Amino acid sequence: MTDRIRINLRQIVNNEERLAPGHRLCAGCAEPTAVRQILHAIEGPVVLSTATGCLEVSTTVYPYTSWRVPWIHSAFENASTTIAGAEAAYKALKRAGKIPEDRQITFVAFGGDGASYDIGLQWISGVLERGHKVIYVCLNNEAYMNTGIQRSGATPRGAHTTTSPAGEVLPGKTQWRKPFTRIMAAHDIPYVAQASPHNYRDLMMKAKKAAAADGPAVLNVLVPCPRGWRHESDQTMAIAKLATDTCYWPLYEVDHGKTIINYKPREKLPVTEWLKAQGRFRHLFRPAYAGLLQEIQAKVDEEWERLLKEEANS
Amino acid sequence: MVTSKYMPLDGANAVSQAMRQIDPDVVAAYPITPQTAVVQNFSQYVADGIVHTEFVAVESEHAAMSACVGASAAGARVMTATSANGLALMWEMLYIASGLRLPIVMTVVNRALSSPLNIHCDHSDSMGARDSGWLQLYAETGQEAYDNTIQAIRIAEHPDLLLPVMSCQDGFITGHGVERVGILPDEAVREFVGEYKAKFSLLDVDNPITMGAWDFTDYYFEHKRQQTEAMNNAMPIVRAVSEEYERLSGRPQPIVDYFGMDDAEYAIVVLSSTAGTSRAVARQLRAQGWKVGVVKPRVFRPFPAQEIIEAIKGCKAVAVLDRAISFGALYGSGPLFTDTCSALYNLGVTGLPIVNYIYGLGGRDTLPSMIESVYRDLRQVAESGDRGAPVRYLGLRE
Ligand SMILES: Cc1ncc(C[n+]2csc(CCOP(=O)(O)OP(=O)(O)O)c2C)c(N)n1
Repeated sequence: MTDRIRINLRQIVNNEERLAPGHRLCAGCAEPTAVRQILHAIEGPVVLSTATGCLEVSTTVYPYTSWRVPWIHSAFENASTTIAGAEAAYKALKRAGKIPEDRQITFVAFGGDGASYDIGLQWISGVLERGHKVIYVCLNNEAYMNTGIQRSGATPRGAHTTTSPAGEVLPGKTQWRKPFTRIMAAHDIPYVAQASPHNYRDLMMKAKKAAAADGPAVLNVLVPCPRGWRHESDQTMAIAKLATDTCYWPLYEVDHGKTIINYKPREKLPVTEWLKAQGRFRHLFRPAYAGLLQEIQAKVDEEWERLLKEEANS
Repeated sequence: MVTSKYMPLDGANAVSQAMRQIDPDVVAAYPITPQTAVVQNFSQYVADGIVHTEFVAVESEHAAMSACVGASAAGARVMTATSANGLALMWEMLYIASGLRLPIVMTVVNRALSSPLNIHCDHSDSMGARDSGWLQLYAETGQEAYDNTIQAIRIAEHPDLLLPVMSCQDGFITGHGVERVGILPDEAVREFVGEYKAKFSLLDVDNPITMGAWDFTDYYFEHKRQQTEAMNNAMPIVRAVSEEYERLSGRPQPIVDYFGMDDAEYAIVVLSSTAGTSRAVARQLRAQGWKVGVVKPRVFRPFPAQEIIEAIKGCKAVAVLDRAISFGALYGSGPLFTDTCSALYNLGVTGLPIVNYIYGLGGRDTLPSMIESVYRDLRQVAESGDRGAPVRYLGLRE
């Protein structure tokens, strides 16, 4: 069914932006890019919720709003359950005849990686288990950026953040990141995908599949953050692409249990290409951390191999 | 007035009946003793198709209130229920529900907060939420819990109020205690609560709204001022709904219930089921010629200061009974006491001896003999002119 979904860019460029320009997100932040791509891909009315975080505080500075569609923020951990509540209301009100039978609404929640990997994991899990027809989007900039670049479960090993600083004895974060996309897929929901806005066709296709899914869907989208990752604001998309070319961030989907890798670089670049483009990893290039660089490469290789196997077996 | 049908029901079942008749659009709830019967019964109504409600069986109470917030923001009539630790887990969301002005109605079957773990009744759960911007009603009986639940819908959704309402009753004591409860005809309840038409809804996709915006130093204060203004103006709305319900049901719905207060020299101010025990004792003592009375606020938030103070100001001594401690407050007293004291001062009443009794924590029985001892203590206070300990403990082994 999802094979027939197509992206019509000519039509999309003429659509009204649902996230208006003039918001206060940083120059080079990939969050609004990803959000606009997703909202362009979804056809028909949407109702959105957003977790506390950069996207929320930068788009709704009272009395202004950047949202041209219904939008709610309630708390940090519960964007998933808040939108599920709205979806429950939609079902009940339809049943009561208070909403026209033919009114279709797509419900989407946005949360950062902190909101998704960490504090809100239980809420998302509950929403998926109950089968709410919603799309949960993790805008993954690999740290708590809104509050000043603190580590999260998504922060990669070796990254400097303000709560996992590189110091005299520690090389930044000492733990590996949490396999969130796999945890989402383990819920056996219709659709889970990992994406990046530099490959907008891929991301938009995934948003369309998520909207068409016969149940909950999750998108985990890598969104580079110039402030937190320490790169120039015009390098955002190049860095996102490096993440996929090094297989640090594979683009893949799990569609009704079937794993499909959407991008296999012809030449898999060494992970150091990705690391050295960002100031948050600068300390890793000290001689003392040569072994750690090897461990990071080995981990990327291992995860990529596992994914290839998963694809082959599914 | 319509005729109620009388049935043997415990308080939790009485509330379930009210919820069935209200037939809300969305219920999101999580089980916890002693509220569990409410969630279980309601699930059965859904399973049997006798309500149109979308029931969201969430994975926690925080999620329950989160889903209620999303559903209410989407224009649905929304209800939930909880107790104790469940209410504590909702904490963050209580303030978000009231700050967003969402008319959610929640039954609280009062239970002690941990630690130590205890499933029995006291008011530490809902009393801790007294500043959260929710209206609070306290029921003496299962009947009142039923009646309050129905009124709460109309109060919360009143266009001039739009605030959530907590409808409390005593866990086990009334929650599990079977009594004779009058149930209104289904149509009468349906007509009384009417249809809810939200002024703003997330589902109104043609008129998009932003809810829960980021409020800086330049607006937050004004928004909180509006919120407190709404609460300050709530009492006439509560009264009007109560009077309408009184006419419908034939059951009196006072903001504050008085017994013997026309001539009482000694009064007890107390919430919920212990008001019943107090009234029974007061009745006996009055038969012996003692001028004693009972003041029972049915509404605690907003605080009915005028109504309480008018009743007690002529007494020789007054006892306020609290089923919760406000740790570190004045003498370690309870919240009903501190509110009553500040009301006395602000309404210009001085020189009235007033003492506080902490009672019934963790479900400790409060026996008629204990209530009688309170009245005796009050006489002692008045006659000796010495108030003695301002905070005392009823039925406690020291
Ligand atoms: C319960 C709670 N704990 C902590 C916070 C403080 N807080 C607000 S946003 C945030 C981090 C957001 O990080 P993330 O979810 O990764 O999103 P980002 O801002 O990076 O897009 C934190 C810690 C909060 N608002 N609520």
